[in-house]
Amino acid sequence: MSVEFDIGQHVLVPKHEILPKEKAREVLERYRISPHQLPLIKSSDPVVKAIGAKPGDILQITRNSPTAGRAIAYRYVIEE
Amino acid sequence: MIMMRIPKLIDHVDFGMMSPDEIRKISVTKIVTADTYDEDGYPIERGLMDSRLGVVDPGLRCRTCGARAGDCPGHFGHVELARPVANVGHIDTIYNCLRATCRKCGRVLLAEPKHEEYYKRITEMREARQKWWEMTNKIVRSASTTEKCPHCGEKQAPLKFEKPTSFVEGRNRLTPSDVRERLERITNEDVMLLGINPKVARPEWMVLTALPVSPVTVRPSITLESGVRSEDDLTHKLVDIIRINQRLSENIEAGAPHLIVEDLWELLQYHVTTYFDNGVSGIPPARHRSGRVLRTLAQRLRGKEGRFRGNLSGKRVDFSARTVISPDPNISINEIGVPEYIARILSVPVRATEHDIEDLRNLIRRGPDIYPGANCMISPDGKRYDLRYADREELAKTIEPGFIVERHLMDGDIVMFNRQPSLHRMSIMAHEVRVLPGRTFRLNLSVCPPYNADFDGDEMNVHAPQHEEAQAEARILMKVQEQIISPRFGGPIIGGIQDHITGAYLLTRKGTLLTKEQSQQLLAAGGIFTDLPKPAVKEKGTEYWIGKQIFSMLLPKGLNLTFKAKICENCARCKKEECEIDAYVVIRDGQLLHGVIDARSYKALDRCEVLDRIVKDYGTTAAREFLDRATKLSIAAAAMLGFTTSIDDEDIPPEANERISEVLDDVREKVNKLIKIYDAGELEPFPGRSLRETLEMRIMEVLAGGRDRAGEIAEKYLGLDNNAVIMARTGARGSMLNLTQMAACVGQQSVRGERLSRGYRGRTLPHFKSGNLGAEARGFVSSSYKDGLRPLEFFFHAMGGREGLVDTAVRTAQSGYMQRRLINALQDLRVEYDGTVRDDRGAVVQFAYGEDGVDPAHSDNGKAVNVEKIIERVVG
Ligand SMILES: [Mg+2]
Ligand SMILES: [Zn+2]
Ligand SMILES: [Zn+2]
Ligand SMILES: [Zn+2]
Repeated sequence: MSVEFDIGQHVLVPKHEILPKEKAREVLERYRISPHQLPLIKSSDPVVKAIGAKPGDILQITRNSPTAGRAIAYRYVIEE
Repeated sequence: MIMMRIPKLIDHVDFGMMSPDEIRKISVTKIVTADTYDEDGYPIERGLMDSRLGVVDPGLRCRTCGARAGDCPGHFGHVELARPVANVGHIDTIYNCLRATCRKCGRVLLAEPKHEEYYKRITEMREARQKWWEMTNKIVRSASTTEKCPHCGEKQAPLKFEKPTSFVEGRNRLTPSDVRERLERITNEDVMLLGINPKVARPEWMVLTALPVSPVTVRPSITLESGVRSEDDLTHKLVDIIRINQRLSENIEAGAPHLIVEDLWELLQYHVTTYFDNGVSGIPPARHRSGRVLRTLAQRLRGKEGRFRGNLSGKRVDFSARTVISPDPNISINEIGVPEYIARILSVPVRATEHDIEDLRNLIRRGPDIYPGANCMISPDGKRYDLRYADREELAKTIEPGFIVERHLMDGDIVMFNRQPSLHRMSIMAHEVRVLPGRTFRLNLSVCPPYNADFDGDEMNVHAPQHEEAQAEARILMKVQEQIISPRFGGPIIGGIQDHITGAYLLTRKGTLLTKEQSQQLLAAGGIFTDLPKPAVKEKGTEYWIGKQIFSMLLPKGLNLTFKAKICENCARCKKEECEIDAYVVIRDGQLLHGVIDARSYKALDRCEVLDRIVKDYGTTAAREFLDRATKLSIAAAAMLGFTTSIDDEDIPPEANERISEVLDDVREKVNKLIKIYDAGELEPFPGRSLRETLEMRIMEVLAGGRDRAGEIAEKYLGLDNNAVIMARTGARGSMLNLTQMAACVGQQSVRGERLSRGYRGRTLPHFKSGNLGAEARGFVSSSYKDGLRPLEFFFHAMGGREGLVDTAVRTAQSGYMQRRLINALQDLRVEYDGTVRDDRGAVVQFAYGEDGVDPAHSDNGKAVNVEKIIERVVG
């Protein structure tokens, strides 16, 4: 009944990408933090489901920013 | 520096509850009698003022620890309650525990796989140091809906919580004893599922069997002048508790009827509840005999004057002063005038060295009463000598390098200056002291905007930092000149105001010619003592300088700017340098070639082109110098050239008045016509609007247009030769709307953005027919302020005016509360050296501050670089 809908196409959903393990390690090293010190995102989040990320993954989010033009943020996927 | 020895290191802190055994263990005595003192005024043994509970009277020694008042911390006693009572502070947790557990076997009402799963999850979370107790809500929610115990099969009855401390199961009220029994049955393992750590707390401890009696140091009695002792509210409450407790146990022993015992028990519960919190809903607050509501434990902690907000987050401080403020245009923006009287009381500690010891010796000799002197001397072993009572001549001889002298506040000292409400960073800035005669703090007018200060009786505070490091930080980070650019919008918040703008305009407008004497006088006022440039005009052998030349002497070499002044009329085609009103400003290499200086050049909170450029390109010191000089020069220019305003500035000729009344008549007519169309049902509604709404919108439009046209007529006669107009157009003070409301027509009054309509049924006042929608019946004021309002107009005007007052009152209350919540949420965030914003755990909140990593206080109107400005500066 429902039509498959790619939420990634919606204007209000910024680009989410799963960081490869190597890149994820680099991010943690760059900021000298443990994964839990990153902003978190639940595995039940629609975007997480859509891109197939699993708990323990780190997502790279590219947003449009009124100040910087383009801003990059990271989130750590947690259970639930 | 004397380092404090640390006797013990704190490894960790556990928060838990006190068990009845612990309460008894810390108790120095059981309290059995409600009396306090005997006839001779001595504390009664085992009474509420038992001398083992600590001492408050000076001279006496504590019977528990032997220390005197002040050193004795006080000691707890306890009361053995005849029957248990619930602790209101934990009543929600008690409710959760009861709901989530079986009424018979006391196990949490979850079937095995789920039960086990939650238990494992919580253990994991505890090990990962996560907030495991936050799982409780979920557990309670699913357990409390279970109807049959999965462990023993008992059917569960619905449990209702009745405020503030009772529980009703089915039709049966549970006594605190019943509650306690049930709580006792919960296993340690299950207790974890309910958010309680069994190592530090057991649920049954939430129902008290023994009540701690606080030390007398917590509830000291005060002796009034008449010699009558007055007891603390807590003591009064404890008296009530002990009395009822006694009666209850007597009645139980005498085998009194069940009902009487129940009643007394409930009364005991009431007293214990109000002893903890006299503000719980569901019961009347306990009152003093006079009718005053008692201030018990929770009231001591809560609210603005409670322990947290009143004594811990904010407290009264030393080394501070407060008085009325008044203006002083002659001191720098960096300075503050401090009355000598205050300078004698506020002191700064100075460590004697071989270089300054002679000066300090002299200060000691002068002592606390002769300014400049000193109030105190401290020897290296930490002994303080109060100079009020010592032989100062003798002390002056003993001083050696290493001694500390607390000398009076002197010129050049750094202090922090503050005005409440401290809503932003610039509400506390560092100023250099200028000790002045008089009794008020003096401040430069340019720092009024950041403090939001005026001189109608405002008071401000001064704090004198006491350590070299604090003083250096204040000087480098907090000084006024470092705060010229506001971090809110990246432009100046400190700058010229009011007459500073008018004066600069009068000086720099076309046609201002100054003789040599005048020019020199102005420059002297501005603190400029370099030679005059070549005169711009020579007439009949006399040399004249134009104002632009004089003002240019304040501008730094190499400054290039082109912009439109505030007075610019935004002509369709700008004539640039040829502008008739000289609104096109051109500055080349620090010379003002065209245009006038007005608000657009250096007014605080405006676009402030000149000042803004100087701060950002020449630094804060140059900006401070420019501002100090420009304001003084402008004031001197206004005084020299003459400037005044009065009511006749709003005079307009009779023919203008005639045209205005024609316009207003025409408007009234139009409104009546609209109403007629509406009444005839021929009005075309706007999309999405009712007919009535459409009519209102059309009428409002017509009336607003009428006021504007009246204003425009008046404005034709209000040119830049008019002083009030100069103030409005240059942005110094007031607006053209203010002026035309005075000269032509005040216009429509409104409440909530609509024409006035409320008051009587279908009309605003009994002077009108019900349903009259005409202009004057609904609050259109066609008079001008200068002509004066007619009585009905005056009334309508007051209605609109009141809405403004109410709005500001409501807005300040709301924004104050919002500010508190924001500050509480954001206070631990900071920008780390790697540019990230982190909270107190080091968790990242933003990966670059503001996403672009730009500090707006060092930005160009919020942007890191302004390419156009750079091009203009380089190309010229
Ligand atoms: Mg005021
Ligand atoms: Zn003691
Ligand atoms: Zn059971
Ligand atoms: Zn122009």
